[in-house]
Amino acid sequence: MSELEEFGDESSEEVEVLTAAEVLSKLEQAWADEKFAPDLLEAKTDLVECMLEQINEMEENIQRAKRGDFKVSLHRMEIDRIRYLLSSYLRCRLMKIEKHTTHILEQEQMRKEEENSRLSPEEYTFAKEYQASMEGHFKNIALRHMPPNLQSLDPKQTAVRPNLDSYVFLRVAEDTQGVLVEEETVDTGEEIVDLEKGDQHIMRYRPVVPLVASGAVTLI
Amino acid sequence: MLAEKALELIRELQRSKDGSLPPYNEDGVRQVLEEMRALFEQNQKDVSATVEGEKGLFSGVQLRHAALERNKRCLLAYLYNRLEEIRKMRWEFGSVLPGEVKYNMCEQEVQWFGKYNKMLATYMRSIGGVGGLDLTQDMKPPKTLYIEVRCLADHGEFETQDGNIIVLKKNSQHFLLRSECEHLIRQGVLEHMVH
Repeated sequence: MSELEEFGDESSEEVEVLTAAEVLSKLEQAWADEKFAPDLLEAKTDLVECMLEQINEMEENIQRAKRGDFKVSLHRMEIDRIRYLLSSYLRCRLMKIEKHTTHILEQEQMRKEEENSRLSPEEYTFAKEYQASMEGHFKNIALRHMPPNLQSLDPKQTAVRPNLDSYVFLRVAEDTQGVLVEEETVDTGEEIVDLEKGDQHIMRYRPVVPLVASGAVTLI
Repeated sequence: MLAEKALELIRELQRSKDGSLPPYNEDGVRQVLEEMRALFEQNQKDVSATVEGEKGLFSGVQLRHAALERNKRCLLAYLYNRLEEIRKMRWEFGSVLPGEVKYNMCEQEVQWFGKYNKMLATYMRSIGGVGGLDLTQDMKPPKTLYIEVRCLADHGEFETQDGNIIVLKKNSQHFLLRSECEHLIRQGVLEHMVH
């Protein structure tokens, strides 16, 4: 992400404010997408880390400022807002990880070398531990007392999976031609829509999964 | 009736949907497991009888196997949903549970809670490298920096960020930084006053 690096190097006040604002708006978008998407999206680790640094810096600045300065409370408020955004974003991801642990870890295992992981390394550790503790609990209390042929947990039956066919509201950020919404079936023909920039739709989530990932559409 | 005990467990979950945790039904769980054992033994007997040439036992075996699977499913659902409830409480009450909640948990559940606590803490500490981020703070979007709160219980002295010490006495009112007293509000020590 080029503007992040740029932001790190810049020292002049004006550019810093501008790029930090861009990071923030990206993070806001990531947060909204994450909130409305039924499955876990790619982790935006860079954004989170950058924003956290930013907060820490701001807090240091406040420490140095005079007491009772009006600007301080404005900055504090801004910090609070950003911190809420960050926590809410990460919390939302954590909830999904906890709910769909098995599914997400399966996906992670099937992931090809060139694809990006959806989990940040920390989230991966957490997911692993969470799954282990759940299974351990079930084994301890119930499974090991069951007849031998029933002692295993079959992920096909027990894994909670996100419903990709749920409907989402979306706004189109880039023109995209020919999105296949409905596969051809015996009764109906296939349905294809062209998405134009600025359009808003209610759609099944499944057809737009790659578009959300690439940022061509945003969820609202 | 087959699998009735297991259904009873599920009903118990259904009844406590308001977010409270009913006592862990150790007896119920044990009875379900016992029923499973009995069903399984019967099945084994019938299977070996079939192998020896007896006819007509097969549908019974199948029925019992279905009951076994149903029992397993109900039991796991019971345990899973309880953990879910316990997990929610970590976010509500923080890392120390009130006594009456703990009283309703079985020993393994208490252990699981401890584990969950630990992994959550590890995760939150690792966010972003330095210091981490406490995700259990900032649960609601901030509206104002300071909020008016009223004490619902005696809490004793409380040091604010800028070094002032105030005494949180029952029914006293204060004007505090929201970020500082949020956890006290969730614990029920303070109440956010909305005008």
